[in-house]
Amino acid sequence: MIKVSGLTKDYGSRRAIHNVSFDAQQGEIVGFLGPNGAGKTTTMRILTGFMPPTDGEAIVAGYDVVEESLEVRKRVGYLPETVPLYNEMIVFDYLKFMGELRDLPNVEERVDEALDMVAMTDRAQGYIGALSKGMRQRIGLAQALLHHPEVLILDEPTIGLDPGQVVEVRELIRQIGKERTVLLSTHLLHEAQNICDRVLIINKGKIVAEDTTENLQARLVGAERVIVRVRGEADRELGLVIKEIKGVRGVELKDEGVVEFEFASGKDLRPEVAKQVIKSGYDLLELRPLGLSLEEIFLELTNSEPRRGN
Amino acid sequence: MKNIWTIAKREYQNYFNSPLAYVIALAIFLPIGIYFSIIMWVSSQQSFYGGPVPEPSPITWLFVFLLIFLAPALTMRLLSDEARMGTLELLLTAPVRDFELVAGKWLGAFLFVMVLAAGTLIFPFIMNQYVSPNLDKIKLISSYIGVILVTAALLALGTGISAIFTNQFAAFFVTLGLYFFLWFMVNLPADWLQNGGDFLNYLSISDHFSQSVNEGTINLGDLVYFLSLTALGLFTGTTAIEIRRWR
Repeated sequence: MIKVSGLTKDYGSRRAIHNVSFDAQQGEIVGFLGPNGAGKTTTMRILTGFMPPTDGEAIVAGYDVVEESLEVRKRVGYLPETVPLYNEMIVFDYLKFMGELRDLPNVEERVDEALDMVAMTDRAQGYIGALSKGMRQRIGLAQALLHHPEVLILDEPTIGLDPGQVVEVRELIRQIGKERTVLLSTHLLHEAQNICDRVLIINKGKIVAEDTTENLQARLVGAERVIVRVRGEADRELGLVIKEIKGVRGVELKDEGVVEFEFASGKDLRPEVAKQVIKSGYDLLELRPLGLSLEEIFLELTNSEPRRGN
Repeated sequence: MKNIWTIAKREYQNYFNSPLAYVIALAIFLPIGIYFSIIMWVSSQQSFYGGPVPEPSPITWLFVFLLIFLAPALTMRLLSDEARMGTLELLLTAPVRDFELVAGKWLGAFLFVMVLAAGTLIFPFIMNQYVSPNLDKIKLISSYIGVILVTAALLALGTGISAIFTNQFAAFFVTLGLYFFLWFMVNLPADWLQNGGDFLNYLSISDHFSQSVNEGTINLGDLVYFLSLTALGLFTGTTAIEIRRWR
């Protein structure tokens, strides 16, 4: 449904994305993961026909985004990152306007249906300007769903939502993703793990990794970092105790009573560490794996050989 | 084509949701009303001594003259505000051609001004009650065709300029400057030039309107002039939107 090859976009002399290639099938939710300014929005804007690429080709829903832009735009639902809405309009009128631009039959029924999907029916007659950020987000989503698009492109769909709404929106995306193609961007790793079938990691305009969430995680967590907290002061001795255990590396004394270390993933050394710490007479308060942050993943990925593309 | 109408309809309704529309309506009807009263009073005084019969053409002239100052306020935000608010992204990713977007915006503003222009028909109507024989219908129709043509041209230029800018005040002042140039300034040097004066006169809106269409004579040249300006404005707008996409 989405096929992108060699996509490049320059803004003046600055190269926003460079030779990006990937594809997404029907019934697949693909996550676009990357830090701010990595090129996520640029790629999405090209795929939605907002702007043409400098180089490369993108086929969305069977049509070329440059040559057959209107056909693409008919089949794509797009939620831009900034969630642009007309504040002076009434919610229902706004969605009706967007529906009319898409030449939908039974526009009003479609609007009701979309409002129902995002649970905003009770605010249909309110002014958009009076809505909270989360509600605006949902109206933006309703707009993207209005025409039952084959491809849904969502730029940071859960940003600014409260936790309850985040769960709801993710559930909604999961539902939609069963039959259609969803491409969503996020800078939250756990969000990508949570809803996406496959993740593309983009950094500085290049795709640095592409894999299923499980594989990516397994591959990324080459080393597991663990924090150990004991009662009282963690002195050098505690560090030495842990260091002596076979397979442990990167021991670091942190705050009072806290030591961090890592071990190669695959063989969990935590029981052994716990045993040794207690045996040495410390009161073990906590032994907890530290998840890799997105920044660490990027460091990892940009330092190691990319698996696919470049 | 349907998209042009959809966009125009929203834009037209939008004017009535904002105080600006009422301010502009006031700024048009108040001066015209006062001017009309003066015309009627003066000609009633002079009619004793066989003075000239009042004509409606000063009313349509004043309407167009006021538009020179007021139309920039109507067109300034048409596309610039969409760009600033980010809603342009919404419209440019909807299945709408760039030209349809620009033409729809223009048409919305045009319809709004046409409602105002229709409102000014009350003045010739009242005038007609006091004049015998009745007003020259052909001349009146010609004046209003002139109003339609000038409005179309001015608003198209304003829409085109609005598409270039993201700041609506920049769009306002550039539009106002262009209108001033085309109304007052373009043919100022025409009298001093040995040749080329005719060409400069041809570029002047006020020559085509005040001295031609508003006085009951519509030449092909006038028609071509106003329609060309309209096309130029819409073309500029469409091109500016396309350039925005490439940037």
